[in-house]
Amino acid sequence: MKASDRKRLLREMIFYRRFEERTFEAYMERKVGGFLHLYSGQESIATGVLEVARPGHDYVITGYRDHVHAIKAGAPAREVMAELYGKETGSSRGRGGSMHIFDPSVNFMGGYALVGQPFPLAAGLALACKHKGTDQIAICFLGDGANNQGTFHETLNMASVWKLPVLFVCENNLYAIGTRIERSTAVTDQYKRVCGYNIPASQHDGQDIDVVMDSARKAVNHVRSGKGPYFVEYLTYRYRGHSMSDSGAYRSKEEEREWSKRDPIILFTDKLKDEGLIKDEDIKAMEKEVDDEIENDCIKFSEESPEPKVEDLHKYVLDDNPDPRWIGPLQNNEA
Amino acid sequence: MAEIAYWEAIRRAHEEELNNDPNVIVMGEDIGVAGGTYKATLGLYDKFGEQRIIDTPISENSFTGIAIGASMAGIRPIVEIMSINFALLALDTLINAAAKIRYMSGGRASCPLVMRTPGGTAHQLAAQHSARLARMFMSTSGLRVVTPRGPLDAYGMLKSAVRCNDPVIIIEHEQMYNLRGEVPDEETFRPLEGAEVVRQGKDITLIGYNYSVHLCLQAADKLAKDGIDAEVVDLRALKPLDRETIRRSIEKTHRVVIAEEDEAPVGVGAEIIAIINEDCFFALDAQPIRIHAADVPVPYNAKLEKAAIPNADDVYQGALKAVGKI
Repeated sequence: MKASDRKRLLREMIFYRRFEERTFEAYMERKVGGFLHLYSGQESIATGVLEVARPGHDYVITGYRDHVHAIKAGAPAREVMAELYGKETGSSRGRGGSMHIFDPSVNFMGGYALVGQPFPLAAGLALACKHKGTDQIAICFLGDGANNQGTFHETLNMASVWKLPVLFVCENNLYAIGTRIERSTAVTDQYKRVCGYNIPASQHDGQDIDVVMDSARKAVNHVRSGKGPYFVEYLTYRYRGHSMSDSGAYRSKEEEREWSKRDPIILFTDKLKDEGLIKDEDIKAMEKEVDDEIENDCIKFSEESPEPKVEDLHKYVLDDNPDPRWIGPLQNNEA
Repeated sequence: MAEIAYWEAIRRAHEEELNNDPNVIVMGEDIGVAGGTYKATLGLYDKFGEQRIIDTPISENSFTGIAIGASMAGIRPIVEIMSINFALLALDTLINAAAKIRYMSGGRASCPLVMRTPGGTAHQLAAQHSARLARMFMSTSGLRVVTPRGPLDAYGMLKSAVRCNDPVIIIEHEQMYNLRGEVPDEETFRPLEGAEVVRQGKDITLIGYNYSVHLCLQAADKLAKDGIDAEVVDLRALKPLDRETIRRSIEKTHRVVIAEEDEAPVGVGAEIIAIINEDCFFALDAQPIRIHAADVPVPYNAKLEKAAIPNADDVYQGALKAVGKI
């Protein structure tokens, strides 16, 4: 990988961290409502996996912790922020909010609040790719908690039987909302649970983006070559609570300290320093640039954008311009 | 114009739509090699192959979800759920995803999915194979719900559903698959909206949908012998509902019976009566009557089953009450 790409990746991860932390501030200012699930601590996974896939070409789908996946997939960051603000210019026109970012123009097919629901949707996107004979794949990012849903087992089974081009990325952050994995899950190594479905699976360090990219490259190549699905598990940690109302009482400060030593941004920064690609002052400049972009572009755009009109409440329920040949009205309905 | 069975009408619609658009696929349990529990997909596997006629494992929620995901990427899936009872397993993907994706994406994504499924009681299939559930689907924003009463609508509404850009639930009925009726030889589309006046009358309106339209028609024949001229309205679509046709009929007849095979609480009849109250309350000369199933899980015993489910005589008796004859 070129030096310029490695520096770009670091900048991207810093951007994602600062973006998420800025959404938290906006939430505290009550500019953002609803639920807000932050990705801080896990940036290396969405960044690394999508770096070696083809965002904009491949389909990407995930759960409710979806801002970073959407942006890395190609959704404009300002539109993601505007969605959190509930604005008409938002990714989902202010109708979805934090948990439901959509940008089908770059094949980012949504964030979903029902844990495990994206499994079959992802397989369906993959079925469409296979049916049309394209070289696209579908990439499904979900947490370890999702694997205790029936959709995990049902979908893995069908994806395997039908050899669908779908990559399942399990971001194992050890907690399903506030319940630790050992207390909810009989087999804590998630990749081992996949063996019942004849799908290749592997487990890796999710905090080192180089490890993520190497393993994801193999997985993406497997899926794109027509060999069927692949399941890749990354061990990771989220710094923030599950959502905003989470006190974090279920985990220890010591555990949080241990994981913060393996922060994906710090790990990658140290590597780039060792490689002589970057100095402390470059990082300072990068952080400044990122903060300026978030403030002067994302936040400004969101603040200044209009809200949806109340008279548009009923828009988008069904097709707003249906073809009368299929819909009606029924002619000659007086028998 | 040929007379064909309800199942043949559905099979023909599948075949024409599969021929028309290579992105149309069919998914469900036993719909391929086995030809479909009600023969609605008979022979399609041999003609179109396993890539398009997909036999699924018994995983309703996820194969529906797979159809939904495919529909978001340009595929037009027709999903068969073997019994409407099993559709309950698919409610997460159907209601939480398919019905909401267009809205929560601000109109940027859509799910042109068709789900066909038979509801209703047949012959002693007991509580877990006799559900109707029309009332539940009709209460969900973002879905279209249609209830073809005969071969023409079964054929033409399925074709329209495949072309339409919304998720469409087609509720069929276990007892109607062998019902025969005329379907034009040339390709025909039947609209997914609009109630239909299937028999003109001036004394009372009998409203039905799906199988209960036939109960209304039988009751109307019997009422005619008593000198009562009943009008029969087939709702055809439960969502969106055609309020205008209901209002026009009641302003003509001033009396109404709603026949539903669903249980009454929070049912189709309750919704129709609410609409009548809102739209034409002062046109009524008598209180509206609901004919509906007993509020019990459907029993196995034949006598009990018969007692639980409304029949044409119940509709007839309801009409007599509405016109003040009993």
